[in-house]
Order: sequence, then C-alpha cells, then structure tokens
Amino acid sequence: MKATSNADLWLAVKIGLIGGIVVVAIALEGMIQAFSPRDIVGGVITMGQTLLLVTLLATAYIAVSRGESHQPMRALVNGAAAGVVVNCLLVVLIWLGAFLPLGAMFLNATPQLYDLLTLGLGPLTGTLFLLIAGLVVGAIAALIYLLPPQVRRAVLIALTTVLLMGVLQDLVTVTLSNFDAFTPITKFLYAQNGLSIAGALTILIAVGVASYLWSQKSAQVQARIDRLPPTRQRALRWTSILISIAILLLLPKILGLYLSEVLDNVGLYLLMGLGLNIVVGFAGLLDLGYVAFFAIGAYTVGVLTSPELGRAIITDSWWLALPFAVIVAVLAGVLLGIPVLRMRGDYLAIVTLGFGEIIRILVGSDFLRHWLGGSQGVLLIAKPEVGPIKIINPPEFYYLFLGGCLLVIFISMRVKNSRLGRAWMAMREDEDVAQAMGIELVATKLMAFGLGASFGGLSGAIFASKLGSVYPHSFNFLVSVNVLSLIIIGGMGSIPGVIVGALALVGLPELLREFAEFRYLFYGAALVVMMLTRPEGLVPEARRRIELEEFREEGGESPPGADAPVLKPAGQP
Amino acid sequence: MAMLQVNDIHSYYGHIHALKGISLTVDKGEIVTLIGANGAGKTTTLKTISGTMHPRHGAITLDGEHIEGLPPHAIVMRGIGQSPEGRKIFGALTVQENLEMGAYARTDKPAIARDLDFVFTLFPRLAERKFQLGGTLSGGEQQMLAMGRALMTHPRVLMLDEPSMGLAPVLVEAIFETIQKLNQEGTTILLIEQNAAKALQVAKRGYVIETGQIVLQDTAENLRKSELVRKAYLGEM
Ligand SMILES: Nc1ncnc2c1ncn2[C@@H]1O[C@H](COP(=O)(O)OP(=O)(O)OP(=O)(O)O)[C@@H](O)[C@H]1O
Ligand SMILES: [Mg+2]
Repeated sequence: MKATSNADLWLAVKIGLIGGIVVVAIALEGMIQAFSPRDIVGGVITMGQTLLLVTLLATAYIAVSRGESHQPMRALVNGAAAGVVVNCLLVVLIWLGAFLPLGAMFLNATPQLYDLLTLGLGPLTGTLFLLIAGLVVGAIAALIYLLPPQVRRAVLIALTTVLLMGVLQDLVTVTLSNFDAFTPITKFLYAQNGLSIAGALTILIAVGVASYLWSQKSAQVQARIDRLPPTRQRALRWTSILISIAILLLLPKILGLYLSEVLDNVGLYLLMGLGLNIVVGFAGLLDLGYVAFFAIGAYTVGVLTSPELGRAIITDSWWLALPFAVIVAVLAGVLLGIPVLRMRGDYLAIVTLGFGEIIRILVGSDFLRHWLGGSQGVLLIAKPEVGPIKIINPPEFYYLFLGGCLLVIFISMRVKNSRLGRAWMAMREDEDVAQAMGIELVATKLMAFGLGASFGGLSGAIFASKLGSVYPHSFNFLVSVNVLSLIIIGGMGSIPGVIVGALALVGLPELLREFAEFRYLFYGAALVVMMLTRPEGLVPEARRRIELEEFREEGGESPPGADAPVLKPAGQP
Repeated sequence: MAMLQVNDIHSYYGHIHALKGISLTVDKGEIVTLIGANGAGKTTTLKTISGTMHPRHGAITLDGEHIEGLPPHAIVMRGIGQSPEGRKIFGALTVQENLEMGAYARTDKPAIARDLDFVFTLFPRLAERKFQLGGTLSGGEQQMLAMGRALMTHPRVLMLDEPSMGLAPVLVEAIFETIQKLNQEGTTILLIEQNAAKALQVAKRGYVIETGQIVLQDTAENLRKSELVRKAYLGEM
C-alpha cells in the first residue's frame, strides 16, 4: 500500500516535470505574449493565461489518473504535487531570467514575459503566487477526477465550451450578426474583449446541466430507438441523413464569407486526404509526394483554360478541362507507380518524395516557361459555370467542394468493401502472401496509385479555378506533409477519420488568427501526442486498431486471452 | 506423365546460387516430400515453383504446360496452392475472412462455399473460431488456418512449407493426420519438412536436398532405411 502511494507520488512529480517543460517551452515559444491581448472572459482571464491554466490542469489530471491507488486524499496530494512541480519550472525560468541574459538565446525571454507569468506581481510575490496557484489548480484537477464519471464529463464539456466560445469570439459574433434575432444574445454573452462574466457563467451552467441531463437520458433514448420497428428505424436514419444534408447545404448561408473560405480549405484538404488515404491507408504504400497530383490537376486546368500563356486558349470551360485534369493525374500516378512497384516502405517514401519535388521544379522551370508559365505561374484560369451561375466566391465554391467530397467519399466507401479493397488489405498486410492468394500485385498497386492520384487531380482542378491562378510555390512538400498528417491524426484507412483529421488540422488553426504563427508547432505536437497516446488515430478503422493492438501485444504485454478481439460481420449475433 | 515436373532449376539471390539444378516430379494423387536441413534450399524451391522467384535456368511444367516464367497469381490460378513458411496469415482478418481471401482469384460462388464447408469440417477448431482474428489464434490454429487458406485456392497441387514447425507433438500428429486425410480425398501434395521421420511416414516418395542440390531420391520406405537419412535426418546412430 505504502509502496504504491510513494510510486504514485513519484509518477505525479515526473508527469509534473514533463508538463512543466511543456509550459516553459510554450512560454519561450512566444505563445503567451501572442495570446495575451485577447481575453477569454473579459477582464478575468486572458487567452495566454488560459493556455497555461489548461496545460496545468491537464498535467495534474493525467498525473492523478495514471496513479494506482484510488484514495481521494492521495489523489488530491498527487494532483497538487504535479501542479506545484509544473509551476516550479516556471518559477525557475523567471529566476533564471532575472539573473541570466536568457534573451540572448530565446527571443521571447523578455521581462515582459516574466511580468505576464507573475501577473505583474514581481519575482518574489509572483513566485509565491505561482506555487500556490499550482497547488490549488492541481487539487482542482484531482477533484474533477474524483467526480462521478457523468458529472465529470458534464463539467469538462462545459469548461471546453466556455473556452471555445471565448476563443472563437470574433467568429461567433460575426456569424450571429447575420441574424438580427441573435443581437441581444451576443450582447449578453460577450464583453468588449472576451466573454462577459455573466455570459461565461451562463454558458458554463447551461451546457453543464444540459450535458449531464443528456448523459442520463441518452441511454433511454437509444433504447427507445432500438425498440422501434425496423421500418421506423430506417425512416429515422433517412431523416437524420436528410437533415445532415440540409445543414451541409445551408452552411455557407449560416456561416458567412470567412467561414465559407475556411470550409473550402477543409474541403480541399479533405479531397486530397481521401485520395492519399487510398494509397497509404488502404493499400499501405507510403507516398510522400502526393502534392504532385494536386499540382498536375491544377496545372492541367490552368494550361487548358488560361489565355495568358501567349497562345490561343484551348477551352474556356472549366468543366471541359476537369476530366483532362483527372486523367492526366491518373496517368502520372500510374507512371510513378511503375518504377516503384518493387519498392516498399522507406524506399518508396523517398522516391515519391523526389517525384513531388520534381513536379514542383518542372512547373517552375524556365525551360518550360513557355508552356507552364515558370515562376510567374498561370493566370486567368476559367471559373466553373453551372447553367447561368458563374462560381466565383468562397460560398459558391463550397458547393463545388461539397459535391466533390461527397462523390469521393462515396467512391472510397464502395471501393473499400470491394474485391479491390480486399486485395489492398491483403497487400498491406503481406505482399508475398497476397501473391500466393492469387492477387496480382502490379495491377493492384497501380490501381491504388491511379485512383489516389485522380482525387488529387480533382482537388487541384478546383483549387486552380478557385484561385484563378497557380504558382509553383503553392505545391511544396509541406502540402504532402499536411495531407499525410491529417490522415494519421484522423486514423489511417478510416474515411470518417480523414474528415475529422481535415477539420482538426485544417479547420481549427484557421479559426484562430493568433494560431497561424504556431501552426506547424501545433501539427508537430499533435502528431507526437497522437503517436504516444492514440497511434490508431482519432476515429480509427476497426481493423487498423486491431493491427496496432496486436503489435503492442507482441511487445510483451497481456497475451491474447478469452477476451480476444472479435470482428463480427454485420447481422451476426 | 508427372503432374508437376521441375527440371534442373537454378535460382539465385543476387549472386548467391541457392538452387544448383533441382529436379523433382510430383504425380497426381501423391504425397511427395522434400526434406533437408536449415538453409538447404527447400523454401527457395517452393518460391521458384510458385513464381515469387524466377529460375535462371531450367523448366517447371504443370500438366505439360510451362509455368516457370509466369507471375505468382497466374500460377495460383493454374492450380498450385501453397501454405507459406512461418504461417503468414492475415492477423487483422478474421478466420473466415482469411479463408475467403484464399478464394480471391475464384469466381464460382457455389464451389467456394463448398470448399469453405470442407475446410471447416477438416478443421473443426477453425469453425468454432470463424469470427476470431487470425492474429489471436494459437500457433497450431494459425497453421490450420494457413493450410485451410491454401485449400481455398482449390489447388491441384498443394505445397506445404514446414507445417509442423514449432508445434507441440500432439499437434504435429494432428497436422500430419490431416495431410494424410487430404491426400486420401484426392489432393496432390508437395510437403516440405524438417521433421523427416513424420514426413516419410505419410509420403509416398521423397527427395533429400542439401545446399541446393538433390542428393537422394527414392520411395519413402527406402529413404527411411537409407544410411544418409537415418544418420542426418532421423538422428539414429
Ligand atoms: N532473401 C534471401 N536473400 C539472400 N539469401 C537468401 C534469401 N533467402 C534465402 N537465402 C539463402 O538461400 C539458401 C536457401 O534458403 P532457404 O530459405 O531455401 O532454406 P530452407 O531449406 O527453406 O531452410 P529452413 O529449413 O531453415 O527454412 C540459404 O543459404 C539462405 O541463406
Ligand atoms: Mg524454409
């Protein structure tokens, strides 16, 4: 008993140290300064302070939840200990900064930062304040952990909602300002800078109570739905699908110009993500040069429809150019596929990476300038027309992206459960055995490259037309990295995963202006955290999760026993 | 005429000359075994027959038709099935899905269903575990699954690469019984084994391979009596 509690305390200190390092890194990265002008709750807490607070809470919470013993007193002590350790590191930073010229090494280690960290209380009082704050917040984290699960969930959801409402103040107010009816609500919820105190409390209580009640009732509701006759259930399902489609169709109207632009970007990356998902997720071929197909789609449309390149235009219809963009991308995919047929893993990754760079350099080269515009790019690319409507603005392009995404999602779902999808799955697990089952590797691989490339070509075609121009620098390696990251975060091979990944990695950062600067830091951190805690992704595919579990078991943990995972086909008891 | 005929094949891994002129035949309805020590070239022979490796010299014919240049999937379709070394089953697929994967190249649904039933009667333990994931099966069950999956390709010649490897004696017994039973039902089998004693009990004829060459070939009965086999492979004094 004694031994476990000591071990728990040590663990809490260790986790506190990790959290402290994260906090110091955040401070030295300049995030606190960047986030400080904005308030989450007006006059009460800034976004910078919230960032520190959330990290502190999360660290203490993790420390408490990892512990072995379940005594409330122990939990409180461990939480408080972790909290104090986190802030100890901040104190160390402040005192080091007071005596050493840290600023010479870290641009952001300025007196201004220390002032922000100590709330302007000066080093001595500030130290005391930080330590006490660590203690209290750590204990609060423990208290949250000790709440009954349903209450805890409600509290966490309510706190997250307040946080989001505060962070997204501009977006929420601008969006709601489209509707006069909401003006009084906005006035009530928001102060000049951040949420009003009354607004924050209202949201906290309303959301907390609502989510608690829902957690009580949801099981009953689900049971009632399960008891309905099948025809009614089907009707219900169709109704919910129709409602979702209606919402999707109305989104640009509700969200306005800026958010439509964000959604367009999500759609763009979703198209690419679904394409790369075919290659990497379904077929298990690691492609680091996926941007090439995006570029090829964009340039094909550009070259076919732009009058800029000093010759007669070939067509002025985007729709006519579109199939060519897709076909050229597919050809490029197959062309890339042929030389890499025998390659696996790392080698494949390196060759595809090279391919992506070659395409970018080719389209930017002086040599091909006459045909592809060189570094000046291609301008005046045609806009799509639907009947009499010309698609020009983000909200109009939204519908193009929506259509494209729905089509591509449909194709992905169909192909995943097809014969070809099974061949990919076998190939992903073991190429040699797949061959021994009579699967033709060459065709199967080329199909993956070709189909994946076609989605990339489609997204490139829409992208070119939306911007009206294409430049070589739009197609750098980072695009491939972003697309791959969103698949990994969402869950490889999982179609809902790609959607969630695109929303999280492309949508979220664009909602936060302050974030732009730290975007890649966020990507990197998200990837590392995901790989450590949830390598199967946010919305994993069932099979992939099992593969990873197997992998962990082979690593020497619990042997597969009576509760071995079982995959039943739908409809089996 | 022999059903499967391997004629003087030479296979290489880069510069390594792994098979230095292997010849063997398998007649319809036979169990033929290929025995040899670690690294003798047994698996390489199987890979060359199944098309994952191509021989630099020599010919392989199935019912008189040359198959040595064909890609693996074409060879599977012509009727050579295999259970690879080390029971490489699909870990994330269920037992049933693994078996269905074996029938990937086939389109005749009723025949596939019949073969599936056949595999499940042959291996009742697999039938009990239809929806369990391949990766969670025990070693013996995985071996059964690998054999079952090979049977699902509906082979005319079934090649088994060390089916008894790493199994407890009771299971070894059971696997060899199954092999015999399969053969009695009409399947032609090329059995690769290190367990020479067992292999020579079930086989009709056998070949002994050493460093890429056949050093001895005879009926199983004669091989059991031969000096070389007794000393080197049966561990007798
Ligand atoms: N991929 C490879 N690359 C290079 N050499 C190889 C490769 N695979 C096998 N070899 C070599 O070829 C020879 C024959 O190997 P093979 O796998 O056919 O032996 P085996 O008779 O099946 O042995 P075991 O009973 O251990 O499975 C060995 O010397 C081996 O080292
Ligand atoms: Mg071998």
